[in-house]
Amino acid sequence: MTTPERSAADSAAVMKPDHPATEDLWSGHSRFLAFWELAIAVILAFCAVVTVLTTLGIVLVLSIQTVEFFMESKAGILEFLLSTELKPDATPPTFGILPLAWGTFAIAFGSSCIALPIGLLSAIYLSEYAPRRLRGVLKPALELLAGIPSIVYGYLALLLVTPVLKAIFEPLGIRVPQFNALSACIVVGVMIIPLVSSLSEDVLSAVPRGLREAAYGLGATKFEVSTRVVLPAGLSGVVASFILAISRAVGETMAVVLAAGMLPQITLNPLESLETMTTYIVQVISGEASYGTAKYLSLFAVGLSLFVITLGLNIISGLVLARYREVYQ
Amino acid sequence: MSETAAPRFRPHRMIRSLLGPIFGAACFLATLTGLIVLVVLLGSILYAALKGKPDNPWYAIVANLRELWGLLRTVALNRQSSDPATAGYRVGIVGSLWLLGLVALLAIPVGVAAGVYLEEYAPPGRLRRIIQTNIANLAGVPSIVYGILGLALFVRAFGVKALALGPCLLAGALTLGLLILPIIVITTQEALRTVPGSLRQAALALGATRWQMVSGHVLPAALPGIMTGTILGLSRAIGETAPLLMVGAAGAIRKLPKGPLERYTALPVEIYNYAKEPDRMFQTITAGGIVILLILLLSMNAAAIMIRNRFQRYQ
Repeated sequence: MTTPERSAADSAAVMKPDHPATEDLWSGHSRFLAFWELAIAVILAFCAVVTVLTTLGIVLVLSIQTVEFFMESKAGILEFLLSTELKPDATPPTFGILPLAWGTFAIAFGSSCIALPIGLLSAIYLSEYAPRRLRGVLKPALELLAGIPSIVYGYLALLLVTPVLKAIFEPLGIRVPQFNALSACIVVGVMIIPLVSSLSEDVLSAVPRGLREAAYGLGATKFEVSTRVVLPAGLSGVVASFILAISRAVGETMAVVLAAGMLPQITLNPLESLETMTTYIVQVISGEASYGTAKYLSLFAVGLSLFVITLGLNIISGLVLARYREVYQ
Repeated sequence: MSETAAPRFRPHRMIRSLLGPIFGAACFLATLTGLIVLVVLLGSILYAALKGKPDNPWYAIVANLRELWGLLRTVALNRQSSDPATAGYRVGIVGSLWLLGLVALLAIPVGVAAGVYLEEYAPPGRLRRIIQTNIANLAGVPSIVYGILGLALFVRAFGVKALALGPCLLAGALTLGLLILPIIVITTQEALRTVPGSLRQAALALGATRWQMVSGHVLPAALPGIMTGTILGLSRAIGETAPLLMVGAAGAIRKLPKGPLERYTALPVEIYNYAKEPDRMFQTITAGGIVILLILLLSMNAAAIMIRNRFQRYQ
């Protein structure tokens, strides 16, 4: 198919000898139209390029400021990555990211323990068991849940989850601090359930009907079809949704700030306060540190680590999902 | 033969017939957790909002609604304060509405244009694939990283004083705009994909140029889908707190912003500040703010779902 402006120009050329008047009438218009088309295409392309510029901006900002941080703090990269001490206010200050990495990992792990099984089971229910009409009610409700901002979940941790934990553990003689990792795990886990269930459900519903019917034809029960046919067939898609959910938990900020507190430490006790990478960034920016100091610049180094981790998880998830699509779609 | 086989399979068959319903029930319960959480969340926040008011039993719905209405009116009219009796969200609500307008103005045109370019213009090839992968990855970047970007790029402009916006509404709106750009692009693309190819071919066959075809026929047909995605994106932007903390939406502001270059605060940021207060008296204020935020967000979401259900033309 030739482009419209080309064909207009061609027809004008053909008409030239016979109808000079018509040519005059149209050529100005078609030239203007061609210019207009090109201008529109360029503007649209520029808007698409804005998204690429955003990524470049993030990478540039984070890496430039991180280099500045290493120059300012005189900390080596190895010290930053391997030191277990994070004392930005001490003299001399130490910046070890390990306590933050531990906090982030612990919260991501704990919330996954809640969200992944529940999300997967509810995805199986929605795609295999639910009657059509019930599904029509449940899916929008889950979407609604996904639309609630994280600050609300953080407040829920303070208002409900921590008091409940206190009521459970304090009679047993275990002290529960106001900010603790367990309540953060619970609210973040609840937060990412809709993500797991809706992404996994999309994948499971896309498993070809023929596979199910073949299994039913061989006398399999619904349970067997769900767990031995549909789930293995959609496994890579389910894994992709898991990875995405973990990445969301790693990047979660406000719920963790309000629930887990700001105490950088490495501990296995879930009832202790922890600090994650995102919380540290909020702590530095809300504090008194002025621009250019090592403490202020450290937020960029932590931000870069956070960005690299989540980007890595997202890319892995994308690759896994692409493999699933290759097999079935 | 069958007499010997039947007993051999009986225990196995019993397990099979039991396991199925048990598993189904477990799956159903797992699905219900979502709903239960929603109910518990709304219930406990409403309870916290009504605590400290004249004691009505929970079933006195009319009296409780009147109490709630009174509380919401007070916190919506009062400004930021360290005294729970006069604390409220007026400046934050105005700031959030400013942000909503500015973000819509900045992000919708760019996002829709990018979506149109990728679906209708871009030749399939490496460039398109790169942009597409890039958008998918941007959608997964944590919001606080956008906050860092906004801080360095818009608020400080790498220390170039002439370009730095400072902690003003425009800087916040630009940051949130970049944050929801991937959402708008992706939903625009999805909406454009549902428009049948015959519509495009008909327009081109009548001699329309590409832009005439897109602006006159394809975009109007995809409009409901685009609007749904856009509203969902905007509601995400309104609920975000972390990036606004980064770009300087401080809590302690009592002056209403009058233009995009003034200092501001936003509703979720004020909620965060009240939530941090150790004084129990602030619980009612915080819960009241959350009720206002949720009413705003849920009505936006409901509008989006209604538009989607009403105009499902080509699906």
